[in-house]
Amino acid sequence: MTRKVRVVIAKLGLDIHWRGVYLVSQFLKDAGMEVVYLGNQFPEQIVEAALEEDADIVGLSSLSGNHMTLGPKVVRMLGEKGLDHVKVYMGGVMAPDDAAALETEHGIHKVFLPDTPMAKIVEHMYASVGIPRPQPQA
Amino acid sequence: MHDLPALIQKSLQGDKRSTARLISLIERADPAAPFILEQIYPHTGNAYTIGITGPPGAGKSTLVDRLVQAFCGQQYSVGVIAVDPASPFTGGALLGDRVRMKHDRGDRDCFFRSMSAGKAMGGLAGATQDAARVLEASGRQIILIETVGVGQSELDVAKATDTVLVVLTPESGDSVQMMKAGLLEIADVYAINKSDRPGADSLSRALQVMLDRKTMAGGTPCWRPPICLTSASLGQGLPELYGCIWNHHDHLRKTSALEERRKSRLQAELQQKIEAELARVVREKILGEIEAAGWLEELWARKIDPLTAARRIVAAGFAETTGSK
Ligand SMILES: Nc1nc2c(ncn2[C@@H]2O[C@H](COP(=O)(O)OP(=O)(O)O)[C@@H](O)[C@H]2O)c(=O)[nH]1
Ligand SMILES: [Mg+2]
Repeated sequence: MTRKVRVVIAKLGLDIHWRGVYLVSQFLKDAGMEVVYLGNQFPEQIVEAALEEDADIVGLSSLSGNHMTLGPKVVRMLGEKGLDHVKVYMGGVMAPDDAAALETEHGIHKVFLPDTPMAKIVEHMYASVGIPRPQPQA
Repeated sequence: MHDLPALIQKSLQGDKRSTARLISLIERADPAAPFILEQIYPHTGNAYTIGITGPPGAGKSTLVDRLVQAFCGQQYSVGVIAVDPASPFTGGALLGDRVRMKHDRGDRDCFFRSMSAGKAMGGLAGATQDAARVLEASGRQIILIETVGVGQSELDVAKATDTVLVVLTPESGDSVQMMKAGLLEIADVYAINKSDRPGADSLSRALQVMLDRKTMAGGTPCWRPPICLTSASLGQGLPELYGCIWNHHDHLRKTSALEERRKSRLQAELQQKIEAELARVVREKILGEIEAAGWLEELWARKIDPLTAARRIVAAGFAETTGSK
């Protein structure tokens, strides 16, 4: 039996936009992943969840301008718990410069700006974990 | 790869990361799973396990959060396994029970694990039970297992615990439907949650009548499931519910019921594992050899009939597998 990719998905801090994140979670489920949906959480709870759920990926959504502080904080705290293998993805509205800085300087594995096609996100995640994407059974 | 004995050792000492990994390995039926289960089994058997089941949206996860708070407040080390359904097409799952864990978790000695109902190699109940064993071996004294109360395999999960809490709501509908769902057969304690909404009292009365009828039909039962009115979101009725759960625990301990319950669970598990093992042996040792042995040709030529052929193949297969030991 091939194993499933496990993803912990959260909205950072007090971000109240939920539609996008929940929709992404549904897509990832339909693509064969096990998605642990957290709703709004702060970095401490997100890292605790990644630890207990044995996550491969942490997906963060940020629409309220806290991405440059809370995103890197999650990466840092994962490292402190010995969870360096967990890939952190971010999504949300932000300046392209911020996105680039998050990826090159702050250890965020990949930032997806709005309008990124879901298929691209799914493909990127499977490739990063190194597990083939399961084919849907008829 | 990782050093398995070290991983197990660390988990036994309470390390969360190792524990999380062991659960994953067991869940996905990794080749290491039998060794892990063998190593941890001697460290299990004493945790108090509570099944929480009921219709989707009844407030099970919210109640679990409050119960965890209460248990941790009494210095218990708690484990939670929350099972959600999987997509039948891709096997993916959206596990949303953690959303309700709202309290500041810093002061809680709790390990929360979400699980998809899809993996179930040896049955869902087997998978959750094994995960619960990993949690117990790592030092968890009380283990809560949440499942949606639809479908036989989910009910089996709840049944495989010491105390079954069935969560209903005023909207749960008429009791006939719930009886059909098999939920009422397995309850040790009822919570009528969302009792901040109208209809809780009448559901409670309907349940009482049903329990009365059961009593009259089957003589006096030694345990009559209490009915607690709760509002998990408003924090009402929770000490009473907590008390009812412990009462059931004490009742089990005082009578021989706890031991009986756990023994019959082990009996069922052994039986289930034997069946799974037989199926595996059949798949690996016997089915593979049929083609090579040319049985199909014999059948096609009407030299032998399928039943006789099947019996010979199985008999020969077993002679070989047991003889080779
Ligand atoms: N009015 C009311 N809502 C509740 C209560 N308990 C839970 N809820 C809400 O019901 C919804 C489902 O709760 P959840 O715990 O996820 O239910 P589950 O699917 O049974 O685990 C959430 O929006 C909760 O906030 C309650 O006692 N009263
Ligand atoms: Mg739930």
